[in-house]
Amino acid sequence: MEASTLAITILWSFLFVYSILGSLDFGAGFWGMVYGKNKHTNASVIANRFLSPTWEITNVFFVILVVALVTFFPFATTMLGSLLLVPVGLGLILLTIRTTFMVFAHHAQKFKNILRITSGITGLMIPALLVSILPITLGGFIEFENGYPQLHYGNLFKDPTLYMHVAFGLSTELFISSVFLMDYAKEADDWSAFQTYRSHALWLGPVSIIVAVLTIAAMPQEAGWIVNKIQANPDWFIVSLIFFLVGYGFLFVKRYKEYRGHPRPAVILIMLQYGAAIYAYGSAHLPYLVYPHLTVEEGFTNPTIFYQLLVVYGIGFAILIPGFILFWKLFLKDRRYLKQE
Amino acid sequence: MDTVVMARSLFGTSLGFHIIYATIGVGVPVMIIIAEILHLIKKDPDYALMARRWTKGFAVLLAVAIASGTIVGVLISLLFPNFMEIVGQVISLPFQMEIFAFLIEAVFMSIYLYAADRLPPSLRILSIFFVALGATASAIMITDVHAWMNTPAGFDLTESGEVTNVDPWAAFFNPSFGITAMHVTLSAYMTVAFLIGSIAALRLLKRNLSKQERNYHKKALMISLYFGAAMSLATALNGHETAQMLHEYLPRKLAGAEGLFETTRYAPLSIGGYTSLEDQEVKYAVEIPSALSFLAGNRFDTEVKGLNEYPQDLWPPLYIHILFNVMVGIGSILLVLSFFALAWKLLLKREFPNWLLALLVVGGPLGIIAIETGWCFSCIGRQPWTINDVLRTDTAATKSNSVGILFLLFISLYLTLLFVTAFVLRFYFKRNPVSKELPQAES
Ligand code: HDD
Ligand code: HEM
Ligand code: HEM
Repeated sequence: MEASTLAITILWSFLFVYSILGSLDFGAGFWGMVYGKNKHTNASVIANRFLSPTWEITNVFFVILVVALVTFFPFATTMLGSLLLVPVGLGLILLTIRTTFMVFAHHAQKFKNILRITSGITGLMIPALLVSILPITLGGFIEFENGYPQLHYGNLFKDPTLYMHVAFGLSTELFISSVFLMDYAKEADDWSAFQTYRSHALWLGPVSIIVAVLTIAAMPQEAGWIVNKIQANPDWFIVSLIFFLVGYGFLFVKRYKEYRGHPRPAVILIMLQYGAAIYAYGSAHLPYLVYPHLTVEEGFTNPTIFYQLLVVYGIGFAILIPGFILFWKLFLKDRRYLKQE
Repeated sequence: MDTVVMARSLFGTSLGFHIIYATIGVGVPVMIIIAEILHLIKKDPDYALMARRWTKGFAVLLAVAIASGTIVGVLISLLFPNFMEIVGQVISLPFQMEIFAFLIEAVFMSIYLYAADRLPPSLRILSIFFVALGATASAIMITDVHAWMNTPAGFDLTESGEVTNVDPWAAFFNPSFGITAMHVTLSAYMTVAFLIGSIAALRLLKRNLSKQERNYHKKALMISLYFGAAMSLATALNGHETAQMLHEYLPRKLAGAEGLFETTRYAPLSIGGYTSLEDQEVKYAVEIPSALSFLAGNRFDTEVKGLNEYPQDLWPPLYIHILFNVMVGIGSILLVLSFFALAWKLLLKREFPNWLLALLVVGGPLGIIAIETGWCFSCIGRQPWTINDVLRTDTAATKSNSVGILFLLFISLYLTLLFVTAFVLRFYFKRNPVSKELPQAES
């Protein structure tokens, strides 16, 4: 594999990890808001129990994504920096409000309500802002002033593709998080929360697939190049759809007591579904980072430093894996944590 | 304001905000380790309570450190894309390692915060140790990038401005890395020691404290004095070496710091005052003859370069003299203050009088001011360069026309957060005063 292809593959893998972690994190915030006042189900408690120890790690993955982007593709910073200044800047402000308020909520129980609502609303707005980056890279919204790229907001906001992308981002976020929280609720033996999340997963699954298909169908003319490439090479999208169908099917398998749904394989299959879809989308996006102005090759750093970076990644993850395992055992497996009152 | 000035102000303000919380993030875990270990040795439950309460406060402040760090981490690429273009080719290793340091800290912080009751003490101390390690390592790594901006190494530039002959490890171990990383780490530890001392001293100034509460706060104050005294001595000694590093590699910055215009031997050290361009000297300063030469090279006849060696458009702003003096001044004051307080306690064996406690209350805020002025000195003293002698700031900055609105939004965000963190901490510790948590108080 060429070095630059390897780099974009790694970057895309981080994107995959962050989109899953982010969906769980932001989705849990949203469900925590929706069920916060509901006395009949523990759905909100479950969501928050998952959020408390994990948001920090999710946040680091966001930073990893950004740092990997600029260190692997330094020649892309000028273009991306000026195009994304406003959407990413606003995203940062919301992310800050969310992060800090969530932690503050722990220490000032009296203000739990507004804090919970903040976390829920930002849990929808941040992903919406982040997915709005995708249509920008597909072309059609960039103008050059004195040889310097600027984003044309008027065109962007008028174009339905923006809203389709946002709808796509939100429906997948909520789908992934509801299936995951089903599993988390099962580990905690909390069957009312389990039922709540299952009922949401049932309708969100098909909706997310329909929205995904519509998003591709509603791509503007300028993005025709990627639609063509998707149609020419649909194999991995089909694989992704199969993962979805099987995973969704597991939501109907009868397993525990009188309850339907077998969430562990469902979660895994649905993650595989998004993995396949993200790689398929990514390879259709090649060779461009930003169409038609910037290719992956043009953005790439020099191979000397790239290989040193890979060594650092290797050592870094090797050191961290024991830490992650301990973390998993303490917060996603340990019944004393999951079932505490 | 034009875009470049706006970008610089936005970034400088963001860093100035981040560094308050970041410094606390570097120092508090070390204080918690000290309390945990004292608890293990002395079996005194007060120390366990200290560790627990500091951890509570730390969790709130760390959230802001992480959030503001995420902001600066992304803003640096958005606002200074041409700078990051070179960074990405030459000095991306520490950036990358910093992330792993964050991950280590994040994983073990969650473990320490939410699983402490399920862990044996040894594993608990190990996890807070990893938190401290992660925080300090991340500070050292980001400081490496900063040091490299001051003393760039590990690459060549062609005529057309392309980067060639990249040697990532030469960039990593650039000439000022070790000394600067040391200075940043020591000064962060020192500042946090004084901050904790401030809080303890403030409590001890209250009249109607129970005996137990008084003892609790006295113990906290003593930890902070011992650690603070040691760290301020180390910071000052190491700061002296940092100044010698300037003399060797960044003479222009040293000349700006000292307001020295003409290159001279037996150069005097000017303390206080302000640098006047018309008079080509520092006005209203106390001068110590030949001291600057001695500080720079350990000999009174060391030649120190003056600003007039350089074209005037390459001079840093002259007010950096004040920034430098404030940092060094505070360093000296805190050094004297902590040793004086320790001597009072250990030699005179007397309780701290109120006036001394009042002085100690100011110690923490002074430390923060020293951190702020020190960083501003270092970053502003590098102007007009972003990468010294390689990349000018006006070339490095973005030309996007939307910096203005973001600037206002971010400033409002920082002001709000300063206010809200203070409010939440007050709220929490008012609800959960030491008196309520002291184990003996119940019986
Ligand atoms: C509590 C904070 C604190 C204290 C008491 C001191 N410093 Fe400092 N100093 C810093 C906190 C700091 C800093 C904020 O951490 C800086 C900014 C950039 C850096 O590397 O460290 C710094 C930078 C810095 C620099 C510039 C390095 C550069 O631009 O590359 C010099 C020459 C000194 N210091 C020297 C001293 C001396 C002689 C001190 C005598 C006591 C001193 N500092 C006390
Ligand atoms: C030398 C001054 C600085 C110090 C001492 C410092 C230290 C810290 C500390 C202690 C944290 C706490 C969070 C954690 O470790 O998880 C933090 C967060 C962060 N800092 Fe800074 N920092 C400094 C400057 C910078 C600069 C200039 C940048 C970017 C260019 C930066 C980027 C970040 C990022 C991205 C985070 C958030 C990481 C996360 O998600 O956990 N820092 N910093
Ligand atoms: C955290 C404490 C820090 C503070 C308070 C601080 C302060 C400042 C200030 C005031 C400026 C504006 C200078 C001017 O343009 O006149 C600035 C610029 C800058 N600083 Fe720092 N700085 C800090 C740490 C760092 C670190 C660790 C790095 C390295 C990654 C860094 C990189 C930069 C860059 C790239 C600029 C913009 C370009 C320039 O103006 O030279 N800063 N900083």
